[in-house]
Amino acid sequence: MRRRVLLLIVAAGFLPACGSGGGTASSSPSSASLSGFIHVFAAASLTASFNALGISFHQANPGVGVDFNFAGTPTLVTQIEQGAPADVFASADTTNMDKLSADGYAGGTSKVFARNQLEIVVAPGNPKAITGLADLAKPGVIYITEAPSVPAGKYSLQALASAGVKVTPKSLETSVTAVISKIELGEADAGIVYATDIKAAGSKVQGVDIPAASNVIATYPLVTVKGTKSADMANSFINYVLSSTGQSTLATFGFLPAA
Amino acid sequence: MSLEASVRLTQGPLDLDMELAIGEDEVVALLGPNGAGKTTLLRAVAGLVPFNSGHVSLDGHVLEDAATGRYVPTERRPIGFVFQDYLLFPHLNVLDNVAFGLRSRGMSRGAATEKAVQWLDRVGLKSYAGAKPAELSGGQRQRVALARALAPDPRLLLLDEPLAALDVTTRADVRRDLKRHLASFQGIRLVVTHDPLEAVALADRLIVMEKGHLVQTGTPAEVTERPRSQYVADLVGVNLLRGEADHGSVRIPGGPVVATAGAESGEVFAMIHPRAVALHHTRPEGSPRNVWRGRASNIELMGNRVRVRIDAEVPLVAEVTPSAVKELDLVEGGEVWLSFKATDVGVYPA
Amino acid sequence: MRRERVPIVVLIPAAIGAAFFIVPLVGLIVRSPWHDAVAALTAPETVEALKLSLVASLSATAVGLILGVPLAWVYARAEFPGRDLLRALTTLPMVLPPVVGGIALLLAFGRRGLLGSWLDSTFGITLPFTTAGVVMAETFVAMPFLILTVEAGLRSMDRRYEEAARALGASRWRVFTRVTLPLIAPSLFAGAVLCWARALGEFGATITFAGNFPGVTQTMPLAVYLVLETNQEASFILSLVLLLISLVVLVGLRHRWLGSA
Repeated sequence: MRRRVLLLIVAAGFLPACGSGGGTASSSPSSASLSGFIHVFAAASLTASFNALGISFHQANPGVGVDFNFAGTPTLVTQIEQGAPADVFASADTTNMDKLSADGYAGGTSKVFARNQLEIVVAPGNPKAITGLADLAKPGVIYITEAPSVPAGKYSLQALASAGVKVTPKSLETSVTAVISKIELGEADAGIVYATDIKAAGSKVQGVDIPAASNVIATYPLVTVKGTKSADMANSFINYVLSSTGQSTLATFGFLPAA
Repeated sequence: MSLEASVRLTQGPLDLDMELAIGEDEVVALLGPNGAGKTTLLRAVAGLVPFNSGHVSLDGHVLEDAATGRYVPTERRPIGFVFQDYLLFPHLNVLDNVAFGLRSRGMSRGAATEKAVQWLDRVGLKSYAGAKPAELSGGQRQRVALARALAPDPRLLLLDEPLAALDVTTRADVRRDLKRHLASFQGIRLVVTHDPLEAVALADRLIVMEKGHLVQTGTPAEVTERPRSQYVADLVGVNLLRGEADHGSVRIPGGPVVATAGAESGEVFAMIHPRAVALHHTRPEGSPRNVWRGRASNIELMGNRVRVRIDAEVPLVAEVTPSAVKELDLVEGGEVWLSFKATDVGVYPA
Repeated sequence: MRRERVPIVVLIPAAIGAAFFIVPLVGLIVRSPWHDAVAALTAPETVEALKLSLVASLSATAVGLILGVPLAWVYARAEFPGRDLLRALTTLPMVLPPVVGGIALLLAFGRRGLLGSWLDSTFGITLPFTTAGVVMAETFVAMPFLILTVEAGLRSMDRRYEEAARALGASRWRVFTRVTLPLIAPSLFAGAVLCWARALGEFGATITFAGNFPGVTQTMPLAVYLVLETNQEASFILSLVLLLISLVVLVGLRHRWLGSA
């Protein structure tokens, strides 16, 4: 469920210029004046894209190691509020971000860095011939989705409601990754996940579009976590994500632009 | 009717090769030292131990035959078995223990209870019907075990060291009761014991076993008067030699020639009672034909007698009075002469 | 009555060990919002999850007994080549991460699984996403505990009692039911309790194989996990419920369990 990707730790001592200062917001990657480690807690749907961003960020800032914790957004909020060491929090919706803020754990004002839209996921070849949301209620189709506490789950309910489709899922999974796994394994026929997830899964699954009229656009904000000891590096990472480089990387993974 | 068995089996270091033929008119005891295979033989008759070759038949019915492969399982044999530790089921009370065999053979609960109560009465434990085995004394448990084995009216009663688990004071009383029950039992009775007193007290016939083989069989009197193995000789407390007789002498292989008074020839046993062995300070003169020199290796006071073991041409035990020991100035390791008369040597064919 | 003093070498690690268990539990009790307890406990999802958990865990224990006791008997009494390997395989779920167990179950009994596809095509039976699937997942992880405990009991019992019963004319079945089972009752009981407790707390295999849906497959552990994401404090209360049930069972049956096991 959670995937931790530990990037290379470069010993600060090997770097020519060590310093904890510098590196504020700019539209290009900052210099090697930063060194250390940041922990980024990001929604499961950001796994592939943020791994890539992490690698390229590190290449631009060789002194900074980035450590990811991917999980369902609500899980991450719980972890942060219970004291898990996070420097940056990237949420899959504004509700969870607002909760974190309201509870006093946000280190600043959150910024939207990407948007996502929903797509129906099916097995390769679309064996059950799903053409739209209405087909999810077809007899013989096993439909699963995320639990309502997970943003994608909440959105899938909205999408179905606006399309006027009544269907009971067979299971409420704890993350989009779990839903995709079960489609891949052939245990379920269809689910609703983000377009980016389908892209990330490659040939293992296939997507069926949801028309804009019933689709839900998810807004992804990110913020530094209050009390982080690596505020400069955290902000640097956030700026990188918001930069044109970061944004184009996100686009290649299927995200919609932030604005 | 009878029990006929011939059992040959190997179990660990034990090589058993025994034949049994027991009628219902006699109580038979299997006597022997530990490791002789007595319990193994008993269990083989019960069907609890597989054997290499042989057969067991009861009243003419074949219970087991290694040659044909026939095997009647233990639970279908009409036997009653009293185990050495009694093995009363700890989770059942005394009544249910006694009724177990009856219920297992299909009797209804009511009838089984009635019969079990009768048996408990016979062994004098009726008031203990509701007690658990753990609450009973050793002697009481033995009686329950007996009642349990007898209640289903078995044809063959097997008892494995029935008194061994009891302390000496209880043993005499329980032995008396057991003898009474054995006498009134109508069927074949086979008792295993290592205690010669028990064997002699309970049995009409003894079968002496050593190292899995038959050594001697006969009535208690026959066995004790004419022991045919060192084991029995030790039990009875006599000196036993074996050798080749030739009209008045018995040559002990690798040892001396014993002068005897008989006319036997051939392989014989020579038995000398310790009382017949006299001890002397110096070489004695006189009529005794057998005079040997030796060293006292063990001196044991037994009541008002002293048993002295002498390492002479062959080791012998002499029985003398304590004052004699004092007079002879006898100490362990000390030199002494012994003598016994030819007429005091009991000679019988081996 | 003189009581033996506990040596300090034993006392210190023992105290640390005890604290390791007690402190988290105390934390749970202290941080729970007791004023909201009633609401959290009577919420329909909670009641449903609790009912499902109890039904599923008891069913898993029943299956564990029916299948596990014969297996334990085979391991303790029968000799055949490959027995040790078989025993290792059936004990594997104890060391396997539960999610891995869930995946293994999917590969065997899922819609495209080895047996599952046959079940689906022949009888139209699918096991994932069903309550039966929950029972299967719980049995898979919990039964090994029962097997091991019962096997140990069978090995350590005095088998001469069985001989005594046979000598009294009892058939093999009667020996088993009237003598063997009563004599291993403590192990049987301990094994069943362990199995039940493990089944009650099972999460990873359940959610992977059976999924998560209120009333059908959402057991208490799953409910707690999801409630944790929306209403943290309510999840504390639910955790306490699970804790209290287990505590009552374990303490109440302590004597029987430890008495003669």
